[in-house]
Amino acid sequence: MLNFPENVNEAVAGIQDGSTVMIGGFGNAGQPFELIDALMDCGAKDLTVVNNNAGQGDQGLALLIKEGRVKKMICSFPRQSDSWHFDAKYRAGEIELELVPQGNLAERIRAAGAGIGGFFTPTGYGTMLAEGKETRILDGRGQVFETPIHADVALIKALKADGKGNLVYRKTARNFGPIMAAAAKHTIVQVSGIVPTGGLDPEIIVTPGIYVNSIVKVA
Amino acid sequence: MSVQSHDQAGLAAGLRTSDKPLGRDDLARLVARDIKPGSFVNLGIGQPTLVSNYLKPEQNITLHTENGMLGMGPEATGDQIDGDLINAGKIPVTELPGASYFHHADSFAIMRGGHLDICVLGAFQVSATGDLANWHTGAPDAIPAVGGAMDLATGAKDVFVMMTLLTREGVSKLVETCTYPLTGIGCVTRVYTDKAVFLTGPGGVQVRETFGCTLEELQAMVPVPLTAAPAVGS
Repeated sequence: MLNFPENVNEAVAGIQDGSTVMIGGFGNAGQPFELIDALMDCGAKDLTVVNNNAGQGDQGLALLIKEGRVKKMICSFPRQSDSWHFDAKYRAGEIELELVPQGNLAERIRAAGAGIGGFFTPTGYGTMLAEGKETRILDGRGQVFETPIHADVALIKALKADGKGNLVYRKTARNFGPIMAAAAKHTIVQVSGIVPTGGLDPEIIVTPGIYVNSIVKVA
Repeated sequence: MSVQSHDQAGLAAGLRTSDKPLGRDDLARLVARDIKPGSFVNLGIGQPTLVSNYLKPEQNITLHTENGMLGMGPEATGDQIDGDLINAGKIPVTELPGASYFHHADSFAIMRGGHLDICVLGAFQVSATGDLANWHTGAPDAIPAVGGAMDLATGAKDVFVMMTLLTREGVSKLVETCTYPLTGIGCVTRVYTDKAVFLTGPGGVQVRETFGCTLEELQAMVPVPLTAAPAVGS
């Protein structure tokens, strides 16, 4: 049942220790900073976090990592010029890393939402990121078996929602939002505006409300 | 075989198209010129991004950025800067008329599905058969980060590499077999360097043109057998 919490703290209150949490965003575009801050405040720990990166600077996901609340990152590009909190935890052996090529990450998330049990992809074949994985030659190309990534919770950012939970995004901030919304059991969305049901043209809706559980407006 | 050698000598003589090695901008201009009109292209982070400065409007090139956009315009400046509109290097960019946005799974389906004509990438090493190493030095203390490198290398119809031919220590980055961890196997079709343009593939390495050196001098720097490429259009 779709709900509209009063604030971000209420929205994330049900997140349990040990959860797998998908967090939208590529760099800062589409990153749901307010929801991540609320996740910090709610105290949930031993989290497995799925994001393209592993936090930038001293905000959002980077702080969650700094505070030791993340036991494992599943991501494609952890190392950046300003990923010092992840770098420190990784070098200290205090965080586990599952490194996934970016397109495999996206497709594994998509597969989870679409009920696919796994798929073969040429990306990564013959590289160290395919070590230990099943491979086949299909259509004359080496391909690697990849499995879906499911999550307990997704935290994403959209531009607008309507009363049915339908979402539209803004420019490249869309990135992982639509696929994470579908892959998680419980999807929490922060938006900058909520319009009445019927206020979004059905032809332009990107994420249908069926994938969405909670919508919270942030300033 | 003497006939072939004679042909090779003749071809080699016409290879040198510049008296000196090419700088980064000259190389970017050359890559831009070689992209067929109407192509869909992804330019990797770093040196390949320079190519966009030399694409001409009449080429009608559509740029893809893997974070979810076709029709990417130049880097944003001043009031154009919008945190929701960035490229794969997380730099603010602009949109051109006809641009489109899509989610990450669609963006990588565009790559993996073979819809991109060309991607241009940097490299640590390229092998004689077109294997690419560009994501990880393999150093024990290095934190690995791959991003979209493997997807780009595997998916685009043509993979062009831009790099300096030699490392700072003077070692060739065009090698018999890559010693750095691989990004993709047999994926590179052309290598643009400051000293020459190489065509890689199952038939070995051909040299299309050289800059500031002869084919013989080039061969002395590179540990794989080189042949002169037949001139295009002659």
